[in-house]
Amino acid sequence: MNGADARPAPGDLEAALLLHRGSFTLDVALTARAGHPLALIGPNGAGKSTALLAIAGALALDAGHVHVGSRVLADAVAGVDRPAAERAVGVVFQGYALFPHLTVRENVAFGPRAQGRGRATALREAEEWMARFGLTALAERLPGQLSGGQAQRVALARALAARPQALLLDEPLSALDVEVRGAVRADLAGHVRAFGGATVVVAHDRDDVAALADHVVAIEGGSVVQRGTLDELTAAPATEFVRRFTASS
Amino acid sequence: MSAGPQRRRAFRARARPRRGLPWPVVVAGLGAVAVLTLPLLALLLRAPWGQLGELLARESTLSALGLSLGTAAISTLLCLLLGLPLALVLSRSDDAPPLVRRGLRALVTIPLVLPPVVGGLALLLLLGRTGVLGAPLEALTGITIPFTTAAVVLAQTFVAMPFLVLAVEGALRGVDPATATAAETLGASRLTVLRRVTLPLAAPGILAGTVLCAARALGEFGATITFAGSFPGTTQTLPVATYLELQRDPEAAVALALVLVAVALVTLVAMRDRWVPGVTA
Repeated sequence: MNGADARPAPGDLEAALLLHRGSFTLDVALTARAGHPLALIGPNGAGKSTALLAIAGALALDAGHVHVGSRVLADAVAGVDRPAAERAVGVVFQGYALFPHLTVRENVAFGPRAQGRGRATALREAEEWMARFGLTALAERLPGQLSGGQAQRVALARALAARPQALLLDEPLSALDVEVRGAVRADLAGHVRAFGGATVVVAHDRDDVAALADHVVAIEGGSVVQRGTLDELTAAPATEFVRRFTASS
Repeated sequence: MSAGPQRRRAFRARARPRRGLPWPVVVAGLGAVAVLTLPLLALLLRAPWGQLGELLARESTLSALGLSLGTAAISTLLCLLLGLPLALVLSRSDDAPPLVRRGLRALVTIPLVLPPVVGGLALLLLLGRTGVLGAPLEALTGITIPFTTAAVVLAQTFVAMPFLVLAVEGALRGVDPATATAAETLGASRLTVLRRVTLPLAAPGILAGTVLCAARALGEFGATITFAGSFPGTTQTLPVATYLELQRDPEAAVALALVLVAVALVTLVAMRDRWVPGVTA
């Protein structure tokens, strides 16, 4: 908790996730190398969001582990299960989950403030992130007054302002109108590349994967059905879902 | 800012489909309105408007009003201090065993459906001089609670707390849980999540619950007179004074009743459309 500077350098995210929710079992192992975003694809109910929540620490593992670089975030065997607040794993939630009662500036400053940096420092950091994401003019707006693309930029700026060592994005483009998707996608891809740390993005379609990720893990029914590059999945799809996903454009 | 919502409301009114109701239903509905409003109308018609100033300026009236406002303020604060945590627990109890969950909610709801006089009697059996806790309390410290101002506060707290708890729980359940998760992933401690996200988002419901709770505490009669009695200046609150004046000086009773009506109206205005799901819906 005492300052991000003490943390080790960003590293690869390595996760083996086993958890049960009711009758659903998630059993997924994945590795996202720093600077090489990983796309997670799968049909509805496959467990994509569940996997992200487990990595972020919002859901407890029944078995397995989550490592980022040399840091152990969770390890069922060793009895380690660090709370979400201590994981330094940033999340862009599906629908963004912005704080509706706080302005854009306060949303972006939330992480720095929550981590104990002073109000002035937090606001200054927020200004920097807002400038980088073209949000300065929107600083006083409430989330309810933002367009989908603007809200998505706020969500990403908020996550990055908290200085995460890994970044998870849950269908960051699915809430957007078709007309703006392309532009926002390119913009998002730039920011994700600039982040440089381990990144997992739940992707909605082939274009998202192509723009945002270097590798793909396809899951169905809580289990991995295929991994590889988009080209590899396209050339030899292991399941009907992967075939249709990679074919669609 | 002002034109938008209004226009939208007007549009919604126009777009509402016509749904005819059989006339007996409408008549019965109007009958309900009569039942609810005619008594208050009578109170206003028969109010001693001419002497109102003199009646309200009486020492006994002012003392009862002061006592009521003071005790209701303290009991509302107590309800907030204890009820807000309970509402938080209830709002997160979905993973608890159904028996625990339902049991807890039943316990919270009991004072809501219990006749207040029974509540007063129960408080007396717990905290009276020979009560389960009252007897050892007096033996150890010499403190007795019944028929004191503290007893008034306890009676009000017992009766009013469920209103606060249920209203606030409803409000807390209306808060998108993803916002709390998001706050945690940003590094916020559980306390920070509550302080900066969950509670602010539930604030309208918390305010509504607090106002309801205060109104109920101000109006408390049955449990108060049973557990605290009616000593002028120490336990004779406005509702108790109103009841007692009715035997002695009906016009004074009506004047006191008008004060209570005024308090209720102020409450209503304060609530406006903040009625929370769970209390009304």
